[in-house]
Amino acid sequence: MNKPAMPNSFRTGPDEQGMFGIFGGRFVAETLMPLILDLEEQWNKAKNDPEFKAELQNLSTHYAGRPSKLYFAEGLTKHLGGAKVYFKREDLNHTGSHKINNCLGQILLAKRMGKKRIIAETGAGQHGVASATVAARFGYPCVVYMGATDVARQSPNVFRMKLLGAEVRPVTAGHGTLKDAMNEALRDWVTNVEDTYYLIGTAAGPHPYPELVRDFQSVIGSEARAQMLEQEGRLPDVIIAAVGGGSNAIGLFHPFLDDKDVRIIGIEAGGRGLDGVEHCASMNAGKPGVLHGNRTYLLQNADGQILDGHSISAGLDYPGVGPEHSWLRDSGRVQYEPILDDEALEAFQLTTRVEGIIPALESAHAIAHAMKIVPKMDKDQLVIVNLSGRGDKDVHTVANMLGMEI
Amino acid sequence: MTTRIDRRMAKLKAEGRPALVTYIMGGDPDYDTSLSIMKALPASGSDVIELGMPFSDPMADGPAIQAAGLRALKGGQTLARTLKMASDFRAGDDETPIVLMGYYNPIYIYGVDRFLADAKASGIDGLIVVDLPPEMDEELCIPALKAGVNFIRLATPTTDDKRLPKVLENTSGFVYYVSMTGITGSALADTAKVSAAVTRIKGHTALPVCVGFGVKTAEQARVIGASADGVVVGTAIVNAIANVLGPKGEKTADPAEAVATLVSGLAQGVRAARLAAAE
Repeated sequence: MNKPAMPNSFRTGPDEQGMFGIFGGRFVAETLMPLILDLEEQWNKAKNDPEFKAELQNLSTHYAGRPSKLYFAEGLTKHLGGAKVYFKREDLNHTGSHKINNCLGQILLAKRMGKKRIIAETGAGQHGVASATVAARFGYPCVVYMGATDVARQSPNVFRMKLLGAEVRPVTAGHGTLKDAMNEALRDWVTNVEDTYYLIGTAAGPHPYPELVRDFQSVIGSEARAQMLEQEGRLPDVIIAAVGGGSNAIGLFHPFLDDKDVRIIGIEAGGRGLDGVEHCASMNAGKPGVLHGNRTYLLQNADGQILDGHSISAGLDYPGVGPEHSWLRDSGRVQYEPILDDEALEAFQLTTRVEGIIPALESAHAIAHAMKIVPKMDKDQLVIVNLSGRGDKDVHTVANMLGMEI
Repeated sequence: MTTRIDRRMAKLKAEGRPALVTYIMGGDPDYDTSLSIMKALPASGSDVIELGMPFSDPMADGPAIQAAGLRALKGGQTLARTLKMASDFRAGDDETPIVLMGYYNPIYIYGVDRFLADAKASGIDGLIVVDLPPEMDEELCIPALKAGVNFIRLATPTTDDKRLPKVLENTSGFVYYVSMTGITGSALADTAKVSAAVTRIKGHTALPVCVGFGVKTAEQARVIGASADGVVVGTAIVNAIANVLGPKGEKTADPAEAVATLVSGLAQGVRAARLAAAE
């Protein structure tokens, strides 16, 4: 693979063309190109506007409940018997996951741009719920595209979206998961260009989405870094986050990228194992390609057709990944490891029992990796795991996996 | 350097009529049937053939062309086989221009240089790659132009006068005007607006302007052809194939014949365009 020379800073991307090395870019139909250029221009103005920043700050504090806590997971730490484990508690945010950080930022952008209608794609439904929430709060009609498979396995979130006034449109194309929902959202956007704002939920898609979603999510890492310095007087040794599209992960990682002594680990969905096709480990088992507006690692066959993949976790069930992760992988700054469905399920149950916290299955992947490495670390070492969301939405899936009926 | 596209467009201009550009999905529903459909197109009145390269995630296409792509992929179509189809067609027709249309990833995975060499050798004259806007010209457009393959760009209702020069800069062969904001197979936009847009684009370029997205009938082809240099029909043809396939994909009639009948009607519409316009 390409091994670019180590840059002076890992935090300067993307370049003016929206590229992180060879990754990223703007691979979209001409109809959307003027919209994306407009979004970039508006975003560049907004991010330096004190009024925009103040409004977002205010909503983050009083509506979303930030800052989220950095919690010393004493029960898990004792159980594992190694390094001290901290959870960054994004599960405590309003709507129950990190997704609200991005949605608040983008709804303010949509408002600023005078858009009249919000569309979004969702996998696990966390982003759909967060989108429906901010749309309700700001009085926008909202359409959420969701794969039919995901509609079935995330029914509590589907109902929440409907309660919030959003229209949930099930997508039956492909395997009916996040990839197919994103295709359908793009088809909606290309049709309704005048008044529609596409609220992308992850740090992927055409430039400037990967950058702006990262910037809205970086509050996770900025807080965690400051909180760890305050609570332990030093930076963590290891930080871990699950990677589907990769927005919670890039949000945690980005503020730490230039702290060279902090080891950064992203966790991909290993599904039923990397030998077959039933996984979503694009960076461990895929290769670079172009989909959904950006170049990035993708699960694909020899003809460049995109594979559907599999994960127990709807939020990780995506055959691609945000382009910045692809770049961080190739540059060697971040290590990406797979975790199997079964391992995630075990972490889900353990965390529930020793911490009294039901983690989202996505976050359980990150915890599962901590369970592997923490016992081998020294007791004075520090690990942060991003607890990106709460697991209430997953209880049906887990019950199913455990052969129980609710 | 002139290509078959340039020569065909010049010839039709001299004849005083617009081109009928027909789209089929390569390998739909299987290789042999698709090749027989393609071979029957010129005799039915098609002037330029757009050959679709199937892709698993066709983000700018409506349900009909999505389904056609899936049928083709299920039938074992690959980019290599689409190139072979072009080459098999070329063995019996060295005049009709062939434009490959699709998405970038299969080309990127095939390898751009290898793709251009093989496309050229297969008798391909032009490329339409939906997800490569001018901002990404270094990827394929510039290499294609160097290899002597036309790169046909889409212009859309969102491409305003300020942006149009950028879109036209490296475009060759013809300009494909997308009649509306939307996906393939939607309802045709207001034809008066389309004519105005064609006139607007012609103010910026000497290239022929062909109009597509939403043209389904001979009458629509006639009306659009009054102002445009070419009329592109895709979804209607793909539907003609789907209509003679049973629930398990079995043929209930000859797809090549169904397409030929439709295309003959469209060709009459296109040929009547300027006569009607002159009335």
